[in-house]
Amino acid sequence: MPIVVEHLTHVYMPGSPFESLALDDVSFEIRDGEFVGLIGHTGSGKSTLVQHLNGLLKPTSGRVVVDDIEITSDSKVPKRLRQHVGLVFQYPEHQLFEETVYQDIAFGPRNLNLPEEEVERRVKEAMALVGLDFETIKDRSPFEISGGQRRRVAIAGVLAMEPRILILDEPTAGLDPRGRDEILSQIKNLHEQRGMTIILVSHSMEDIARLVDRIMVMNRGKIALMGKPEEVFSCVDELHAMGLGIPQITHVMRALRAKGMDVPDNIYTVEQAVKVILERIRGNRK
Amino acid sequence: MIRDITIGQFFPGQSIIHKLDPRVKIALTFAFIVIIFFAKTYVGYGLIFAYIAFAVWLSQVPVRYILRGLKPLLFIIVLTFLINVFFTPGSKVLFRIWAFKFTQEGLNQGIFMTLRLVLLVVGTSLLTLTTSPISLTDGIERLLQPLQVIRFPAHELAMMMTIALRFIPTLLEETDKIMKAQMARGADFESGNLFQRAKALVPLLVPLFISAFRRADELAMAMESRCYRGGQNRTRMKILKTTRRDYLAVAVTLLLIAGILLDSYVL
Repeated sequence: MPIVVEHLTHVYMPGSPFESLALDDVSFEIRDGEFVGLIGHTGSGKSTLVQHLNGLLKPTSGRVVVDDIEITSDSKVPKRLRQHVGLVFQYPEHQLFEETVYQDIAFGPRNLNLPEEEVERRVKEAMALVGLDFETIKDRSPFEISGGQRRRVAIAGVLAMEPRILILDEPTAGLDPRGRDEILSQIKNLHEQRGMTIILVSHSMEDIARLVDRIMVMNRGKIALMGKPEEVFSCVDELHAMGLGIPQITHVMRALRAKGMDVPDNIYTVEQAVKVILERIRGNRK
Repeated sequence: MIRDITIGQFFPGQSIIHKLDPRVKIALTFAFIVIIFFAKTYVGYGLIFAYIAFAVWLSQVPVRYILRGLKPLLFIIVLTFLINVFFTPGSKVLFRIWAFKFTQEGLNQGIFMTLRLVLLVVGTSLLTLTTSPISLTDGIERLLQPLQVIRFPAHELAMMMTIALRFIPTLLEETDKIMKAQMARGADFESGNLFQRAKALVPLLVPLFISAFRRADELAMAMESRCYRGGQNRTRMKILKTTRRDYLAVAVTLLLIAGILLDSYVL
């Protein structure tokens, strides 16, 4: 189910003194099963863009096509689009409202008018996907569990809709390093084992570099850079001009290279760096 | 959707009207409202109209923004006009329709009432369009300060208003976000009968209340940790100062008042 975006433009509050151009002629395609990272500064249009992909916002001009569903400025958004494209907002735990974790995750499937056995199956599966124990957690209030668990409950609430495309807006914001690693590895599993198409919005270069197949960088409502992580991270000056950085380890490798050490400058994960540096050191000893 | 609502309909600008001291603006708006009800002749209303048209011109706010405030009141204005036209007793009968007499006095009364309502809305809209909510509450606080003698909590009231105004956009944004998050989970806020719709609001209202309480708690904590203790001995960063343009505005308004009183009661 590919995503095609053509000449997408979105203007907030047109015709008022607060009018602002959030997206400016954006075009791209995302293939089935791709893992795409979306980076950009605050206000660069990331959130506006992802809200178009499941029809929460409609284009001012241009069009968005997901599978066979086309969204233009005057089309009606079919309900099944929201089911195909799961969208996890920033701080998704703020949307929890039910008395128990089970009820909250079941909210989405119940809106699809599924039979109760199917709802239960989906809740169980969604909780397993995010690493929550069904029996111990299901009857607790979502307001008495830890912050990291709350976030996972909220993500499970979206997964229970069984979307084929999953969009996550800063899923690790405000989590401790351990919670962050857990969430990211679960997202990776969803991609690898379920073959879901995943769009990860983040401003953490480290997170994105490790996971994604392709990076899109947004700046002032436009797509500034797009390509494989090594391609994007090689444009250091452009990224700096947009107020974005490259992963710290890439900085280290570039500094080493500047000092005359023979290392490639397209390293963007610590694991790769360790491997390369060890190889060089062993090579020198021989 | 919800984002499109502008709060307090403030229209940012740098005009002389925008720069007037909010205290003066509030006081003048009150004077304006009162004088509208003193005018009794077409000449008087002509003067008031000229005054407000001049103020609107100075403010550089597009006329359509000013008139937008009239739209929701259109029905009431038309109704008031008709009631006054048909039910004002008078001697000079212009014509009759069935049992209704249509008199010269009635026509005048109807036109005056319509003009009063329109001017009232335009005058107050001009105040809120050219004064940011924050300076508005600042002005109100200063104007209410004399009442502190009788223990009226002017500062607390103004602080509450400021906080409420400050959080309206935040809560609207939050509502928008939660609404979208629930819609992404298949919630439907737009169809169904009244009962179903009310029930559909639960997934929106519960998180909204929780976040409002959380924010209130955080704000109280932040204020306390900065030693906030009410209005006592509190100094301000922006001290309101009246300048020449404020005196000028007061002078023009006094002229208007004098003109109206002369026209309606002396001549």
